[in-house]
Amino acid sequence: MNASAPATMHEQTIAQLSAGLAAGQFSSEELTRAFLARIERDNPQLNAFITITAELALAQARAADEHRRRNQAGPLTGIPIAHKDIFCTNGVRTSCGSRMLDRFIAPYDATVVERLHAAGAVLLGKTNMDEFAMGSSNETSYYGPVRNPWDVNAVPGGSSGGSAAAIAARLTPGATGTDTGGSIRQPAALCGITGIKPTYGRVSRWGMIAYASSLDQAGPMARTAEDCALLLAAMAGFDPRDSTSVDQPVPDYAAGLNQPLAGLKIGLPKEYFGEGLDSAVAEVVTEAIAEYRRLGAEMVEISLPNSQLAIPVYYVVAPAECSSNLARFDGVRYGHRCENPKDLLDLYTRSRAEGFGAEVQRRILIGTFVLSTGYYDAYYLKAQQIRRLISDDFRRAFEQVDVIAGPTSPTVAFNLGEKVDDPITMYLSDIYTIAVNLAGLPGLSLLAGFVGQRPVGLQLIGNYFAEERLLNVAHRYQQVTDWHDRVPSAFA
Amino acid sequence: MSLEVDEVAKIADLARLAIRAEDAPAYARNLSAILELVDQMNAIDTVGVAPMAHPLDKVQRLRSDVVAESNQREQYQAIAPRVEAGLYLVPKVIE
Repeated sequence: MNASAPATMHEQTIAQLSAGLAAGQFSSEELTRAFLARIERDNPQLNAFITITAELALAQARAADEHRRRNQAGPLTGIPIAHKDIFCTNGVRTSCGSRMLDRFIAPYDATVVERLHAAGAVLLGKTNMDEFAMGSSNETSYYGPVRNPWDVNAVPGGSSGGSAAAIAARLTPGATGTDTGGSIRQPAALCGITGIKPTYGRVSRWGMIAYASSLDQAGPMARTAEDCALLLAAMAGFDPRDSTSVDQPVPDYAAGLNQPLAGLKIGLPKEYFGEGLDSAVAEVVTEAIAEYRRLGAEMVEISLPNSQLAIPVYYVVAPAECSSNLARFDGVRYGHRCENPKDLLDLYTRSRAEGFGAEVQRRILIGTFVLSTGYYDAYYLKAQQIRRLISDDFRRAFEQVDVIAGPTSPTVAFNLGEKVDDPITMYLSDIYTIAVNLAGLPGLSLLAGFVGQRPVGLQLIGNYFAEERLLNVAHRYQQVTDWHDRVPSAFA
Repeated sequence: MSLEVDEVAKIADLARLAIRAEDAPAYARNLSAILELVDQMNAIDTVGVAPMAHPLDKVQRLRSDVVAESNQREQYQAIAPRVEAGLYLVPKVIE
């Protein structure tokens, strides 16, 4: 290693590492080796990565160093990152946390992967996740649960639990995630990092294995809002290959970070501070809101009257779309195939029953039921109508306020095994995040404090395409607080 | 709404999932609990509310009907469970 390369590279944010690379303090190869060494040391305990791409990472790092020598470097050139194992990576296993795709080598790159690669980011590996992104604790993964770096007896949240845990433990400075009902924001909260789910359509879904297509959205996860801004700038933008991608220019997210917050109107939905919210979590969130008052923001009490319907609506819409999307896994063209099928039907039904875990099968069954003859109007149509009412609640709120704030999750991280046998209790972990997906709005979670050893997330919700505003509001908080600098003691 | 074991078997058949008989009661219990949660929707009057299929109320963008993909059969078949002579193999369908 270069004599001047600091041994503490893993403690730095992406913005700091980018400056260090630009100043020649260390090379991308040195940086990549440092993170690979940490992954090798700590991943056996955390299980945050399903696949580690060490050789590929070093080759990409050397290429990044070469680009820098030729003065072709951008802010992400040579920065190591990880991808949630839901994004197709050409030539690299893409398992989606499922036995179904245990041996699936993706034949192409997802748009998100392609864009971050083009921006010069280095791929350390693919992170663990709930199977097909269905779960809130990372316990439905075929590859076993991820442990929370703040307390290894606790879950990291899900479904992007591997990405969140890897960032919290400083095994990578940033990672991608996906969020269908809270899968970026809830693990970001439970692991004490920053994560943003952009507006539906902001980031391409092409090459991202589909769960519920009208809700799925990819976004960045990192320690700070500033880092998320750098990653999102590379990820976002129009993609003709995704028919729901929105053709709208991508702002310079980093440039907007320092806007003052004086006069900003923050809405506090009374439904997010009522029954079901843990009182210690409420205290931390209230303190974060007080910090925003000191920054000059004005608080406005608002109401999102249909909030309690978000979970019922989600558990119709998401399973319905999942049952349709996952019909493609038939054991014929790719994915798991059962041994010695006696006929074609046996091939389909056994391959699928062996390839999918219990939670995925539950959601396929619910989705098949609600879409079956005689039930469509009572369930799917009804859910889509209430989805409109939920969305209208937000529309009215944003006539009064600029940003909405509240807890990301009603509790801190729960213990491994605590909720795994009770799907309904598990679903309630996403009570404050799901409505945002139903409405298609952007939402961000940032670390706002702790209850004991376990982190608490503050959720900020913005109007459509207000990612720049959300990142700015989160960044200003991180300028006057130091929660985002805390490191779990076992991973310092 | 609750589901009985025989209804679960029917849905599993539609979903092409070979559920083991001994697992059916647990599925019936869990699925019934989910549907009970979902039944909260029934308390809401939705007469005249337009269903929302897309969060931004956009319609599907169409492209011109021209060939945009190249043939990548060999690459795609390299990850298939069973292929022969460029064909995907499945158990015999017609006797």
